[in-house]
Amino acid sequence: MTQELMLQVQDLSKTFTLHTQGGATLPVFDRVNLAVEAGRCIALTGASGAGKSTLLRSLYANYRPSSGQVLVRHRDAMIDLTGAEPRLQLEIRRETIGYVSQFLRVIPRIPAEEIVAEAAVAGGIDNAEALDAARALLQRLNLPERLWSVPPATFSGGEQQRVNIARGLIRAFPILLLDEPTASLDAENRNVAVALIMEAKAKGAAIVAICHDETVRAEIADAVFDVSAFQAAA
Amino acid sequence: MSDAPLLEAVGVSHTYAGGQVGCADVDFTLYPGEVLGIVGESGSGKSTLLSCLSGALPPSRGHVRFAVRGQGMQDVFQLSEPERRLLMRTDWGIVHQNPRDGLRMSVSAGGNVGERLMAVGARHYGDIRSEALDRLGRVEIDAERVDHLPRTFSGGMQQRTQIARILVSQPRLVFMDEPTGGLDVSVQARLLDLLRGLVRDLGVAAVVVTHDLAVVRLLSDRLMVMRQGRVVESGLTDQVLDDPQHPYSQLLVSSVLQA
Repeated sequence: MTQELMLQVQDLSKTFTLHTQGGATLPVFDRVNLAVEAGRCIALTGASGAGKSTLLRSLYANYRPSSGQVLVRHRDAMIDLTGAEPRLQLEIRRETIGYVSQFLRVIPRIPAEEIVAEAAVAGGIDNAEALDAARALLQRLNLPERLWSVPPATFSGGEQQRVNIARGLIRAFPILLLDEPTASLDAENRNVAVALIMEAKAKGAAIVAICHDETVRAEIADAVFDVSAFQAAA
Repeated sequence: MSDAPLLEAVGVSHTYAGGQVGCADVDFTLYPGEVLGIVGESGSGKSTLLSCLSGALPPSRGHVRFAVRGQGMQDVFQLSEPERRLLMRTDWGIVHQNPRDGLRMSVSAGGNVGERLMAVGARHYGDIRSEALDRLGRVEIDAERVDHLPRTFSGGMQQRTQIARILVSQPRLVFMDEPTGGLDVSVQARLLDLLRGLVRDLGVAAVVVTHDLAVVRLLSDRLMVMRQGRVVESGLTDQVLDDPQHPYSQLLVSSVLQA
């Protein structure tokens, strides 16, 4: 059975133009083509600086590609994220694409459990149910209960990352982008994170991940995609 | 995605007497519940634009349209004076940079809130008082300070009182002009938390003018960068801040000190 195509990158190129450096250009990748089906996980590889993060961010409309398309299945239609109106881009992020970054952007005065629950509320789940789901997930990720009601600004790197993973995985996003989801975790929590990612996959999520940890990569990825093969000519 | 726009700016331009350009050819559409940030240095025209949008300054060219209840999109400057004033007292709220512009300093905090309730038809003293107490409580003003004059309040408290005053009429659109300007960092965090709750929980749409990029990162969905009266770049807030395209946006983002 062929799985449904969820994400299709077509001839995607990205060059940064640094106007503060006299207009210097920094080509990153050139004409990337990539397709991800439901329930599949593609791991991006390539040396540091090859453009893995730049590609991943372009798939979330966080970076603006110079040319090409990022087609995502949203409400049963393939939509070009790069050319979409901001309002549609926001809707796609709310409903279709989840993103787990390496670092948590902490918000002053907001407790960890609310930061996690908020992501579910944004997807239309009611407050109480979202909070229950958030606590269950933090429990599973072994974040001590006394920290749930504390804003994560003072948390360790690993604790913040677990809040981040919980936030990204609390909902069953059809497309998941993971940027080093397990980088600062100890072995036990890394296993929990891997289990959560595998569950998302089993539910049909199409996943693109950056992960340097080879064990984790071998566990979650169905294929690797070497970004350095698309090095733009400088 | 099917809902109708709340506010529309079409080619909004304002030139001051003497030819000084305030803002020029600004276009955008704001939908219910959306928060639009406007950033730029002093003199970039963001305050002029905000004045035009909020009905205070008629644009020299262009239109500002608002979805008036039951009437659809109406040109704000074609409304009669009473209609526009009603809008300002009910569906719109303006959070001024200087709370003195948004509060009556010779009326108690409770009175400031109660006044706006009366403007939307409340008449029973007991109800007005309990509602005012509740509203001020939600912005963390102690019940024992409710009868005090705002001039005896700190800047942060004044700002929160101003917000309580606006919220009682359950506005659909709030304009904020440098909402955290002039406040201590710790007070800013509290206020931002409050404003964030306001837009997230109440689904209020907002236009936030500020020079503080951290404020828009936290509050706004979309961002416009202004320079010399014109919008030089716009997009999702994180997009504009993380991958700015225009030379001026790049300069603006790269000039911020990383704390």
